[in-house]
Amino acid sequence: MRLIINGETRELEGIESIKDMLDSLGVDHQTVAVMVNGEIIGRADFVSRPVQDHDAIEIVRFVGGG
Amino acid sequence: MSGVLQVGSYTFHSRLIVGTGKYASNEIMREAIGESGTELVTVALRRVNLNNPGEPSLLDFIPDNVRILPNTAGCHTTEEALNVARLAKAAGIGTLVKLEIIGDQDLLWPDPVATLEATKILVQEGFTVMVYTTPDPVLAKYLDQAGAHAIMPLGSPIGSGQGVLDVEAIQRFKHRVSVPVIVDAGIGSPQDASLAMETGADGVLINTAIAHAKDPSLMARAMKLAVEAGRLGFEAGRMPKRQQAEASSPTAGMVGR
Repeated sequence: MRLIINGETRELEGIESIKDMLDSLGVDHQTVAVMVNGEIIGRADFVSRPVQDHDAIEIVRFVGGG
Repeated sequence: MSGVLQVGSYTFHSRLIVGTGKYASNEIMREAIGESGTELVTVALRRVNLNNPGEPSLLDFIPDNVRILPNTAGCHTTEEALNVARLAKAAGIGTLVKLEIIGDQDLLWPDPVATLEATKILVQEGFTVMVYTTPDPVLAKYLDQAGAHAIMPLGSPIGSGQGVLDVEAIQRFKHRVSVPVIVDAGIGSPQDASLAMETGADGVLINTAIAHAKDPSLMARAMKLAVEAGRLGFEAGRMPKRQQAEASSPTAGMVGR
């Protein structure tokens, strides 16, 4: 499946949900927020929310800032 | 510390808010936060680096008793800021947000129109909104009416260390708004922080002045004491200024006179 993640095109195989995608990328679920095609997905929905070919996904986390 | 800082339903026993940007390392930041005595630190929201997804989370370096205040730094439009605020809320750390929408990149000066618009929407969506704004008293009234939970005028441009250029603005704000007034941006040294507090600010937000000090932990402690001293000075009520001297020692009973 081809996804656009944080502006980069990524080929990920064998994934169905946001949880699968995060696992495949090696990203810790606890510290991120996710947006799919402009829609914010709550952490509780990571398992149930499917991802589809060509979805545009943003995965963000907290960093230092003022 | 005298009194508490109340922002919406959140209570803080320190009037110093600390930013988490620009530290040489997460460890140095953690130590400085500890020394500052703060109970609230700002953080930014950025894309995960997909080439290094396992890097340690900033949140692991923030003490348990310290609450997180996500900012919308870097946003230039209402839509961008709303998106970042909503994403931060989705990350599950509460309803606090520091709203910051920039209208001039060189000065990092807030865009007053977009800021007011976003404040209204975020308040309606249930956020606890702390608004970074210009030192404009009329805008402050509008932000207050829009339901902002704290109003944060800049002292001088972000990261400039120029101090509070218009100290009177703090009093103008205090006379016109019902929520805490927190001086955000420009504080460069303990005297700046103390002056802001002594003038009546309910709190100050400091990042660069601590992070870029030669010894961030020591500066964090200095800022803690400066904020406390300034606040106590404000509550104590300073003496009136006079044009001429007034002797502190008795003028009667001088020897040989």
